[in-house]
Amino acid sequence: MAVTRETAATVRDIEQYKYGFVTDIESDMAPKGLNEDTIRFISAKKNEPDWMLESRLKAYRHWLTLADEEPTWAKLHYPKINYQDSYYYAAPKQAKLASLDEVDPKLLETYKKLGIPLLEQQMLAGVAVDAVFDSVSVATTYKKKLQEMGVIFSPISEAVHKHPDLVKKYLGSVVPYTDNFFATLNAAVFTDGSFVYIPKGLRCPMELSTYFRINEKNTGQFERTLIIADEGSYVSYLEGCTAPQRDENQLHAAVVELIALDDAEIKYSTVQNWFPGDADGKGGIYNFVTKRAACRGRNSKVMWTQVETGSAITWKYPSCILQGDNSSGEFYSVAITNNHQQADTGTKMIHLGKNTRSKIISKGISAGHADNTYRGLVRIGAKADGARNYTQCDSLLIGSTCGAHTVPYIETRNPTARTEHEATTSKISEDQLFYCMQRGMTQEEAVSLIVNGFCKEVLQTLPMEFAVEAQKLVGISLEGSVG
Amino acid sequence: MALLEIKNLHVSVGDREILKGINLSLNGGEVHAVMGPNGTGKSTLSNVIAGRAGYDVTQGEVLLDGKDVFAMAADERARAGIFLAFQYPVEIPGVSTSSFLKTAINAKRRAAGQKEIDAMEFLKLVKAKTKALGMADDMIKRPLNVGFSGGEKKRAEVLQMTLLEPRVAILDETDSGLDIDALKVVSDGVNALRREDRAFLVITHYQRLLDYIVPDHVHVLVNGRIAASGGKELALELEAEGYAKYQGAAA
Ligand SMILES: Nc1ncnc2c1ncn2[C@@H]1O[C@H](COP(=O)(O)OP(=O)(O)OP(=O)(O)O)[C@@H](O)[C@H]1O
Ligand SMILES: [Mg+2]
Repeated sequence: MAVTRETAATVRDIEQYKYGFVTDIESDMAPKGLNEDTIRFISAKKNEPDWMLESRLKAYRHWLTLADEEPTWAKLHYPKINYQDSYYYAAPKQAKLASLDEVDPKLLETYKKLGIPLLEQQMLAGVAVDAVFDSVSVATTYKKKLQEMGVIFSPISEAVHKHPDLVKKYLGSVVPYTDNFFATLNAAVFTDGSFVYIPKGLRCPMELSTYFRINEKNTGQFERTLIIADEGSYVSYLEGCTAPQRDENQLHAAVVELIALDDAEIKYSTVQNWFPGDADGKGGIYNFVTKRAACRGRNSKVMWTQVETGSAITWKYPSCILQGDNSSGEFYSVAITNNHQQADTGTKMIHLGKNTRSKIISKGISAGHADNTYRGLVRIGAKADGARNYTQCDSLLIGSTCGAHTVPYIETRNPTARTEHEATTSKISEDQLFYCMQRGMTQEEAVSLIVNGFCKEVLQTLPMEFAVEAQKLVGISLEGSVG
Repeated sequence: MALLEIKNLHVSVGDREILKGINLSLNGGEVHAVMGPNGTGKSTLSNVIAGRAGYDVTQGEVLLDGKDVFAMAADERARAGIFLAFQYPVEIPGVSTSSFLKTAINAKRRAAGQKEIDAMEFLKLVKAKTKALGMADDMIKRPLNVGFSGGEKKRAEVLQMTLLEPRVAILDETDSGLDIDALKVVSDGVNALRREDRAFLVITHYQRLLDYIVPDHVHVLVNGRIAASGGKELALELEAEGYAKYQGAAA
């Protein structure tokens, strides 16, 4: 009996992270380690213009001066990362594709396993996908249709060549290369990512979506995303992430910059399901990400939604700089940590313009031995007359060996501003579980139902097709969290 | 074979023995009422049958269709047809009553190898049943039991029972907290479910409920033992005379 149970548990462990497979594909890799040659290698691989290489080197040289400035203020514990022990470039050997038909069938197979609708005929109607596999963008679907409307949706490496003016003007304008340790590193070694430009007055009629996957062993993934919504435009963008199951930790240090001009709106949703490590805390992705939006224009709006279920460590604060008068920023977050996962995540809302509004809804769920911290800053500048913020942080605990923490910072330099902060902490009780089970639900169904109820408000902000996926993911990531 | 058979059931919490040898046999089609003073073990009996943790069964067994109930987890018992209408229903914040009901219905359907209920069928079904129980339409949109009045909670329990169509339904003081009209509506709901292949164990303090739900047997539970069993008239006698006579005898 005991043996049967153990086997069942092992099978469950294996099945739990269903994205944990490795695709057997030949890769083109940079030599291990990080130095100026690595950066030149990456730049050469991408056939970059000099200005891009120069900007990388500038960032790298700055990064060298930051050796002692790796952030330590977050409530996260991990051994010091050896940045020389990683590969900074890995590309499936086969580049430059004219059409989807040329994509390596093995890659397509991987995406199929991941449930990514890469092939047009298999696609969910209205979703354009840019798939990033390790370091390069493999295929961008729906490109033509988007082009006709004037939308640019391409790998950023391509945008560097085709739209240098836009890239030069906006890249690094929201997250400068000096911003923080990880952002600086990213500016030096970023390999690919998505570039989006929505022309004036256009409501982009389809969701744009990127799928990131780390496949190679020991590679870091440093993608860079830049989205510009020109005046009066609208775009909804979704990013999903997975990685294979590996014993060693892998680094992911992305930078995302959003720019919304007058009356423009950007909705950016993330479903992050990087490998979280095993039940004993071995392996998993270190997710150190800088995401920031500039609401530059009047009446501009940015809405971040994130569902963070994966990664061994999450360090992430998608933020909004509310420069334009009447601009608004919203942050909706679900962060789930189970077993030995750690998350320190939240947002920054920087109110600069008049009548700027922000709303923060954070739902942290912690189980096993995990630690989950909400860290948020609401800053209201002296000129932000009439600024408003509403913050709600709810924590849900499962079991008694996990932790939840809320660290809100509020700085107001304008007497007309109003901020509101609410926080709750609750626990899934034995009584609730028994009640659900008495109605025939398994313990796991019960946990999933209760947790999904707890974060409904956030999940509802996801595009429909993905909300359903996210609901399932919430259940899966908490399997085995009780009893 | 009885539908539900309770044999010589002894249950302790910590060092304290609460049930001291219960024997009860419920056949399909029957309604059994259990009455008894506060703290004599009525809820304990219901909880143990339903599989709540925290009780030690030191002796005896409970069989559903001849199968050992204690070998099953709480959710398996539920899917096998044991339903408990709780004396104190639990609040589940954030989970709408309708999604709770749907999840429960589908859990049962999956176990029976049936396909999940479709959204339209579900809405129609729930609408009809809530109406029959005199519940407001928007009730199912609210988080389960959160902010429900005492009577609303009890109706919601009966709604769940109606939708889940159990084989053995245990109603733990479902009548307390109900106003006179609600008592009638809820009783009608229970009576509508009476069937040859279904049994009820109705726990109550008030004989009035038994005017509506007429029991086949009435049992008096005192100090963890069945002190007397009889027909409906036993409830009338208890109402008139109280438990004094049994408390002496059982001690
Ligand atoms: N988990 C527990 N821990 C300690 N004592 C318990 C526990 N559960 C039940 N008891 C005790 O067992 C006795 C029987 O409780 P039970 O709830 O079964 O009574 P009851 O007959 O349902 O009473 P009432 O009519 O008031 O609902 C009580 O004295 C109660 O305090
Ligand atoms: Mg009781």
